[in-house]
Amino acid sequence: MAKATFEVPALTQYTEIPAVTPDAMAHSAPFVAKADFQKPLGFPGGLVDDWQTTAIAKMRELLGRYRSLQVYLDSCVKCGACTDKCHYYLGTKDPKNMPVGRQDLMRKVYRRYFTLAGRFFPKLVGAEDFTKEVLDDWYSYYHQCSQCRRCSVFCPYGIDTAEISMAAREIMDSIGVGQKYCNEIIGKVYKIGNNLGLPGPALEDTLEGLEEDVYDETGVKVRYPIDEEGAEILLVTPSADFFAEPHVDGLIGYGKVFHEAGVTWTLSSHASEAANFGMFIGSYANMRRVAQRIREAAIQLKVKRIVFGECGHAWRVAYSFLNTLAGPWDFLDPRYPVPQHICEFTFDLIQQGRLTFDKSENDDKVLTYHDSCNVARASRMGDTPGGQFEIPRAIIRATCNHFYDMDEDTIRDRTFCCGGGGGLLTDDLMELRVKGAKPRLDALNNVMQEKGVTHMAAICAICKSQFTKVLPYYGMEMDQIVSLHQLVSNAIVLTGQGDGDLEDEDETDEAA
Amino acid sequence: MAFLTGFYALLFYFAAVVLVTGLVFKIQQYARTPAPLKIPTTPAPTTRGGVIFRMMREVVLFESLFRGNKWTWIFGWMFHFGLFLVTLRHLRYFIEPVWFPIQLVQPFGIYGGMAMVVGLAGLWVRRFFVDRVRYISAPSDHLILALLILIGCSGLMMKFVFHTDVVAIKTFFLGLYAFDVKPLPSDPLLLLHLLLVAVLMIVFPYSKLLHAPGLFFSPSRNQADNPRERRHIAPWARQLEQE
Repeated sequence: MAKATFEVPALTQYTEIPAVTPDAMAHSAPFVAKADFQKPLGFPGGLVDDWQTTAIAKMRELLGRYRSLQVYLDSCVKCGACTDKCHYYLGTKDPKNMPVGRQDLMRKVYRRYFTLAGRFFPKLVGAEDFTKEVLDDWYSYYHQCSQCRRCSVFCPYGIDTAEISMAAREIMDSIGVGQKYCNEIIGKVYKIGNNLGLPGPALEDTLEGLEEDVYDETGVKVRYPIDEEGAEILLVTPSADFFAEPHVDGLIGYGKVFHEAGVTWTLSSHASEAANFGMFIGSYANMRRVAQRIREAAIQLKVKRIVFGECGHAWRVAYSFLNTLAGPWDFLDPRYPVPQHICEFTFDLIQQGRLTFDKSENDDKVLTYHDSCNVARASRMGDTPGGQFEIPRAIIRATCNHFYDMDEDTIRDRTFCCGGGGGLLTDDLMELRVKGAKPRLDALNNVMQEKGVTHMAAICAICKSQFTKVLPYYGMEMDQIVSLHQLVSNAIVLTGQGDGDLEDEDETDEAA
Repeated sequence: MAFLTGFYALLFYFAAVVLVTGLVFKIQQYARTPAPLKIPTTPAPTTRGGVIFRMMREVVLFESLFRGNKWTWIFGWMFHFGLFLVTLRHLRYFIEPVWFPIQLVQPFGIYGGMAMVVGLAGLWVRRFFVDRVRYISAPSDHLILALLILIGCSGLMMKFVFHTDVVAIKTFFLGLYAFDVKPLPSDPLLLLHLLLVAVLMIVFPYSKLLHAPGLFFSPSRNQADNPRERRHIAPWARQLEQE
């Protein structure tokens, strides 16, 4: 078990609603971005002198730009339906991690400066001046929200705390109080092209290595091309897919699927990242700039289609926002949606009967599936609402013999966040990440006990990294989390595969 | 009692003006503020008709709240549906002749009044006994419940205990339409009831009661899930493209 400097919650059969424990997580705050990380994004380097006035002016600007913010700050009736829905509240017991508690940190400032009642009767309506203490609370608690939208499912007015924490982060950035993790990463995307700062040559090396590995394993020449002009499909995938486990096994799977489909495809070193952390910090301008790289790459490489790899928030930005941020896509093949998810691509082939699977290759695993929050509640796959739940499950069923869902209250649109989304996947927030994972891991543990589940598949780079890191804190194994296309990769029978001695070699390998 | 009548006449003119102008202002503000991104909480309907159906389920059945918390849903729905029936019943004081459906609804309005008070009481109890709800309650959240319960109780008392001259009340309100102030009965319960209703009207556009128009403008509920099919762009975002 991993060492922890804090108390790791004990898993329970069903996630219990904890008693309110004020300030239980008041000490949690991520590292603040230094000037070097602020400037490239167009933010001041440190807290500006007249920060209060600047912040209120920024809030006024955002209220005029985002209907969501204006309506959500006005509409809450404090009914309490959201209070037990956030995984961070369930894991930390801190009432400021209840969605309404988190919203109220901004709502009290909004009421004080923008409403009649708050101006004249602040105590009565819970309005407060924007003091340094309130700002500190903002920094702490708006970085304890993974923007997973679970609260918005249950709110009678659809109030989405994600919208409010995005606005709060945008306001804080505008006065020079940025979060190091997110802002440093966005800077890397501008400078190098991806979150991990992997330069083009390193990517080429990695992809060549993958081609060799797959050839050694299967005897089939599957290609993993980059920057190939004139390819039919541009694949945009999270940079973790290039080397991290289990992400890279997913990338291997995408390549095999494209190979079997008989399409040409390419990655791009210019847009070598699907993630768009501009969303996490609520910055339309930065989100747009990050998204524009994909348009530029598509034009430069003269592709006809765009497909996204497994990544949760990236799929939200891709599915819901890409047309807005970087469209119109009239230069691409109109027969396909722009963009497509790799799961949609694979599922179509499965439906057409164009993929052959040997499901027994996954018989060493009993699977469950984790609906990633941004895919579940902020996007879609396929033609019908809810396709984002059915398509990945259909792929698992097509490639695995043993699959069980977790408790209904914790999947599909009621899924729990992994605990690391929304720009919180950083070691300086480890306590929050571990505690926030509890509701998901309660449900996982339950199917492990009752159904003998051994592995959980996910289609999000953040989920995969988060679980890899957090599972050991709860006495589970880090490799219990797998990529969905890793399962595809294991089971897929490539055309021409196994015609020689290779299969025998494989078996001796396994025996050894 | 000319003073009281005059006071209440002015009060209701004032309350009506505040309510209408306040709401018109807020609704205009909501309508004019762009929603730059597609953010429906999915799975969401893909068509306009689907969105209307989803919104109707939210408005009539409180679907999301039902999924969120059954107790709050039961009490909340009782209160709102009760208030709806009560409002229909009260229309008879404000229109002449009284429409036939409003005549039919009269007895149900009384049950509505009872349901409303029970629902409000249930919601208030939660504010004291559920620690999470207690934590998020501001004084104004208690006061608004008190206000509504008092309105409901004073109304029911007039129905069952201390009757008042409803014909005179109707004459008073119909008179206000023509700026012709007719005498208002001076029963204390009636005056209390009317005072609180006027307060409610005045508070409406400045409080959380804005959830009523707000719901219709909530992007997570009123947007269709069709971002790949149709390009959605706000005017201020389009300006960025021209830079």
